[in-house]
Amino acid sequence: MLVFNFLYCLGKYLCLMGRTFQRPERMRMFFKNYYREIYQLGINSIGIVLLISFFIGAVICIQIKVNVQSPWMPLWVSGYTTREIMLLEFSSSIMCLILSGKIGSNIASELGTMRVTQQIDALEIMGVNSASFLILPKILAIVTMIPILVTFSVVSGIVGAYATAYIGHIITPADLTAGMQHDFTQWFFWMGVVKSVFFAFIIASVSSYYGYYVKGGSIEVGKASTNAVVSSSVLILFSDIFLTEILS
Amino acid sequence: MIEIKSLSKEFPDKKVLNNISCTFYDGKTNLIIGQSGSGKTVLMNCIVGLLAPTAGEVLYDGRDFVKMNKRECTQLRREMGMLFQSSALFDSLTVLENVMFPLDMFSPLSRKELKKRALDCLDRVNLIEAQDKFPAELSGGMQKRAAIARAISMKPKYLFCDEPNSGLDPKTSLIIDRLIHEITVENDMTTIVNTHDMNSVMDIGENILYIYKGNKEWQGTNKEILTSENQRLNDFIFASDFSKQMRKNIEEKELQ
Repeated sequence: MLVFNFLYCLGKYLCLMGRTFQRPERMRMFFKNYYREIYQLGINSIGIVLLISFFIGAVICIQIKVNVQSPWMPLWVSGYTTREIMLLEFSSSIMCLILSGKIGSNIASELGTMRVTQQIDALEIMGVNSASFLILPKILAIVTMIPILVTFSVVSGIVGAYATAYIGHIITPADLTAGMQHDFTQWFFWMGVVKSVFFAFIIASVSSYYGYYVKGGSIEVGKASTNAVVSSSVLILFSDIFLTEILS
Repeated sequence: MIEIKSLSKEFPDKKVLNNISCTFYDGKTNLIIGQSGSGKTVLMNCIVGLLAPTAGEVLYDGRDFVKMNKRECTQLRREMGMLFQSSALFDSLTVLENVMFPLDMFSPLSRKELKKRALDCLDRVNLIEAQDKFPAELSGGMQKRAAIARAISMKPKYLFCDEPNSGLDPKTSLIIDRLIHEITVENDMTTIVNTHDMNSVMDIGENILYIYKGNKEWQGTNKEILTSENQRLNDFIFASDFSKQMRKNIEEKELQ
């Protein structure tokens, strides 16, 4: 039964993606929606990304300096570790997990409400491919914006680490800079970007799937929103393992 | 003209529609009536293609909607307008943008001409003053009128209204009913209204289909309904003691 349900959901998801990735009826309307989604889902998330990354960058730096670093370790270890954690895991994977909560629930509840208030039916009656009209701009907007958000997150995390040096005096700026510059591998940054593109697709498509097929009323919209966040988070975690293995 | 032939719809746990055949005429307000749960909405959803019938045909001027391919379906849908029970206006758009939406999507007209057409539609439903408002700022009746304006913006050949009076007071219901009827006659559209509002039945029901537990029980006009011998129809139409008394009075008057 579990296998049957999984295959049924997978088939339904693939059918939805098949309908989504079709040429929009009117490019002008598509771009209008695309820009709106970029603003709503991407630009509106910049604040939370900067805030979380700043504090996490600062906290990682403090933790390493205070709790991990010992006299036999080089002084640059704290800066080096902070940079690597931000680049390799936090800004791509953990930030996408956080964004799946914000963006995923937004998408699922928006589409779910449109479904239960018959707005999606209205689009279908007009002869509009509702999946392509509603979901495609969301997917493309998120896939465009998340790599940018990941970059902002890395920068903000590093700024947070410097805040502990300049404001908190936990570490000297020189040691931190030495760590930040030590053995820098540019690919680590690009790996985060590539991973985030996959995660962005997961967040947008899975959340759209749950929202688009809501049946019932407000309670079901709430459930769809929760399911969207849980499923996309689990899928991000699973795919993170494979992507890290492949890209490393 | 829309014809349905031997239409049935089954869900895994229930048979909702059973072998229904009926004709809906051009330039007339065709009504589907029946108790809640009788299958009215399922029938309308089968007619407009939101649900696929289990068996039967839905003919739009001879074209079978059930057998059409995706492209033909899309083409036909552009000849349809629909007024939903919940109005189904797009929350994020103003009233004018809602009315312009189908035009924006499919019409080859210039932006200026689109706006003029949308304003004409809003003027037709007396909603010009609310053009810049969002659906949430409108009353129930205004939302219905905005939805009618959107439904007629593409000059459809077929208009479908699913319980247009639900949640409206009797006077506003009457305004909406008359508006639907006038638009139908003006544009010679085939209009199908799904309702259980008796005022609508008596006021605009030129061709009425009564459904009872998924079966076609009766078909006729609003005048014929008063003299019908069908017991189930009479129980449905004249449900209250007051309406039963009214019918008795009418019958007595006719005898005199």
